[in-house]
Amino acid sequence: MKLLKILTAGVFAGVAFTAANASASVLDTVKQRGVLNCGTDNTAPGFGYLNTTTGQMEGLDVDFCKAVAAGVLGDASKVKFITVTDKSRFDAVLTGQVDVVFAHTTIKPARESSIAIDFLPINFYDGTGLMVKADAGIKEFADLDGATICTTQGSATETVLAAAFKARGWKDSKVLTYENLEKLFSALNSGRCNAMSTDRSALAAWAGNAPKPADYLILPETLDKSPFGGFVVANDSKWRNALRWIEYGLFQAEESGITQANLAEKLKSEDPFVQKFLGSNGGGYGKDFGLSDDFIAQAIKAIGNYGEAYDRNLGPKTKMYLDRKGTPNALWTQGGAIYSPLWN
Amino acid sequence: MTIHETSAIHGMAESDRLRSRRLRNRIRHEAIQLGIVALVVVLLGILAYAVKAGLAEKGIRFSFSFLANTAGFDISEGWTLTSGEGVVPSLAQFSSDMSVASAFITGIFNTVKVALLAIVLSTILGTMLGVGRLSTNWVVRNLCFWIVEFVRNTPLLIQLVFWYFAVVLRFPPMASAAKLYGGLIVSQQGIYVPTLSWSGGVSILSLILVTATWVSVLGAVFDPVRGMRRICIATAVVCLGLLIATGGMTVDFPVANKFKASGGTSISPEMAALLLAVVVNSASFIAEIVRGAIDALPKAQWEAAGSLSLSRRDTVNDIVLPQVFRVVLPSFGNQYISLTKNTALGIAVGYPDLFNIYGTIANQTGHSLEGIIIVMASYLILSWIISSAVYWANRRLNPIGVSR
Repeated sequence: MKLLKILTAGVFAGVAFTAANASASVLDTVKQRGVLNCGTDNTAPGFGYLNTTTGQMEGLDVDFCKAVAAGVLGDASKVKFITVTDKSRFDAVLTGQVDVVFAHTTIKPARESSIAIDFLPINFYDGTGLMVKADAGIKEFADLDGATICTTQGSATETVLAAAFKARGWKDSKVLTYENLEKLFSALNSGRCNAMSTDRSALAAWAGNAPKPADYLILPETLDKSPFGGFVVANDSKWRNALRWIEYGLFQAEESGITQANLAEKLKSEDPFVQKFLGSNGGGYGKDFGLSDDFIAQAIKAIGNYGEAYDRNLGPKTKMYLDRKGTPNALWTQGGAIYSPLWN
Repeated sequence: MTIHETSAIHGMAESDRLRSRRLRNRIRHEAIQLGIVALVVVLLGILAYAVKAGLAEKGIRFSFSFLANTAGFDISEGWTLTSGEGVVPSLAQFSSDMSVASAFITGIFNTVKVALLAIVLSTILGTMLGVGRLSTNWVVRNLCFWIVEFVRNTPLLIQLVFWYFAVVLRFPPMASAAKLYGGLIVSQQGIYVPTLSWSGGVSILSLILVTATWVSVLGAVFDPVRGMRRICIATAVVCLGLLIATGGMTVDFPVANKFKASGGTSISPEMAALLLAVVVNSASFIAEIVRGAIDALPKAQWEAAGSLSLSRRDTVNDIVLPQVFRVVLPSFGNQYISLTKNTALGIAVGYPDLFNIYGTIANQTGHSLEGIIIVMASYLILSWIISSAVYWANRRLNPIGVSR
């Protein structure tokens, strides 16, 4: 009987614990833990990539992880990168293994309606593209009738390709799925896949990082748009809102011309907007979000504004160089779609 | 009262007491068992409730209704069941407008396909390796030893990736793939073999030939009269040849196109790699089982065969192996079950087996918990089917009373 009592007590304690745990915000958990568990990819150059020469994680997604750690904990180094695949990323958030995922994830309705996650604002605008070997004699998507096209398992591309085949009535074309981009790229190189399909930015990155970038050809067509966003567990608005406004803060900083280099000077600014935005004179926006007053200043200190992070990872000096001009990735003042709501 | 009477009364009382004590013991025993069962049921109920409540808290609905939704993704190979015409289900290639349940069936189909082939092939290869390890030929013996040692002591996942990227994907691309002897095409896009197909016309001659072919094939398999096997096989080949020559059947040769070949039948590179990896791996374990069983056979069996001046080959085929197979069957059963479960590694090379397709489904629908329950139940049922088949075969080979 003693055993029975202990067992039931244990189970009830477990239920009570899960219930209590579920009501606490991830924000409090992260602050208590002192470390942010951030889910990223490590095989996507430009977004989340483990640089084998330096041994460091780098990319736009990695920078967003650092910005969140800086904004929430005041220290960009207090982030632990946890590798997620296209397949494991949702479960990683649902099970609490990671606090937030930034892993070039396409925002789709089914993901918010049935997976129980909430997306953060779009931080990169991309589209589904196709890449072939330059010597394969394939110039456009129509040449691929009957071909084997490969992509990653669990990606939005899988459904985009199925729909594209259906729309064109291609019966013999096949989709082959691999675990990650690395295997996908070696399958393209070996000739198993006639084309590799994923987001255009990733294609550019893999071609750019290859020993001979001219060996690859990215086809002109864009099959579908794919806006990227980070995501957190659903129904935790305290956590989601804090992250949303850190992200908007990075957009606004670019618009207001606040950079990593001139941050120290701007912190001394007499401009009431800048003072409030950076929380330099007390009374910033942080308190209402459960963050410190200078959370935006901390994020900028860590990675710079959005434009700086973009240039460092995807800009002209990088191998994959994705021009912002004329694309939705430009700031709204330059005709793009990178836009922050008002800060006043 | 005599001593005898006393002891009789005493004895009766004793047996009464014994009986009631036995009864009490049994009641207590059953009560404890019942209690344990009840406890487990209650705990499972609480657990299920906690899981459901926890999921609801996170806004996740636990339901199997997503199985009826349209899949929306493609699967590179595999067949599924469709309602077809009428009530009889028919096999059809999976396509993206079918339901999620159909996708699961495609996965089960692909898993069973690889597992069945691997069970047959690894039994043959494993027995050969096991016998080879005891060969009198030094080269054969050592070759078999090193193959078995190497394969048993490296992880299957690594072997699988090796077979795929270092062997199968090194085949020539379709454009330059040569047609090998007999119309076989080996390329990166798959291995294509010619198939026989019925040309449609029915004549008395072709009917006779078909019947003759079947009879000789059955004869070759069951070998009713000793030594008839080769004759049966030869007859079958001749009959088939005549069938093709008279136009009763046609050979469908694969033809290489721009991206893949058409005609004939094919094995995808992913399936070829998975099959190779699982067969070789499983065969090396089977080889050890066979070798152990042969070693356990009394030496006198070999000596007796030798004194009858039977050749080594005949000794192995007619004396050793028939005795060995009675002993090893249950161990083979375990091997078949772990082989079947190992096919789940197909995900590493993109083979669309049950576990791989589950991954896609879980991601596109968001129902990973429900999906994994289906996957686990499927593997459980597959394992049960295999173990009952092996049990049945074992009972056939070893009737009760001989040895079990």
